[in-house]
Amino acid sequence: MGNFTPISAAIGGTLIGLSAVLLMALTGRIAGISGIFAGLINPQTTDRAWRASLIVGLIAAPLAAALLGHTVPTPRMPGSYITVVIGGLLVGFGTRLGSGCTSGHGICGIARLSPRSIVATGVFMMAGIIVVALTHHVFGGG
Amino acid sequence: MPILTSLVCGFVFGCGLVISGMVQPAKVLGFLDFFAIPSGAWDPSLAVVMAAALAVAGLGYALLGTRPPLFERQSLWPTKKDIDRSLLSGALLFGLGWGLIGLCPGPAIADLSTLSLPVIVFVIAMATGMLAYDLWPYPQTPAAIIAGIAESSPVVDVV
Repeated sequence: MGNFTPISAAIGGTLIGLSAVLLMALTGRIAGISGIFAGLINPQTTDRAWRASLIVGLIAAPLAAALLGHTVPTPRMPGSYITVVIGGLLVGFGTRLGSGCTSGHGICGIARLSPRSIVATGVFMMAGIIVVALTHHVFGGG
Repeated sequence: MPILTSLVCGFVFGCGLVISGMVQPAKVLGFLDFFAIPSGAWDPSLAVVMAAALAVAGLGYALLGTRPPLFERQSLWPTKKDIDRSLLSGALLFGLGWGLIGLCPGPAIADLSTLSLPVIVFVIAMATGMLAYDLWPYPQTPAAIIAGIAESSPVVDVV
């Protein structure tokens, strides 16, 4: 487990949980990023301001970290843009059809013990594990 | 105030993603790679992130109870209860995309800050997928439309 970083993971997780509680306590909203972002880009939405500011805050965090000397490295992505586009389409369409993503179901939903979110999280975790098993071990050769 | 609150919450959330390393697709894929457990290369960090986030959010939500929010009239807790086909198929599709790239919506948006072209392409594709679902003619679900097309399409001779 050479890449395991339990302390930074625990600190980061605590901040994510704190953010979810703050958003609910102050504005009464669930911190589900897919829903917040989808509402921002949907032309039929009327409450765009809070969504936009949350997204700005989300993008500002790595920039602030860079100012403090902790630059986030460029994410390692698959070489093929076709794979990137297919992945993006699946994530976008799937999170809308399933009404949530890792934050909305995985954190906010499970935190309030929603059976829907517990099932959804189990399903997307399993799907992710199977895809990685196939791409890394069956087709990736290693 | 709700706007400022959202900004701060987004920022705190983003800091959590940066500190935990979840903005790195490799870190997420390292967790999803359960077949790396025997070799010792498995990275359980994501499980620790979720456990910590769940402990804080679970406790916080429980303390809030039914109390109304400070800056709005009422709390918008989700109301759906049924575990239906949409939930299951949506979660399945999302999981496939997540496993393929290692990015879910939060980290993908935070990673826009790196101005990396693949990330920008991913977010545009993600936005397209979201709009494709959200702007689908109401009240038909995609499944219903596909079923409708199949029923109404003329019979074609298979050569």
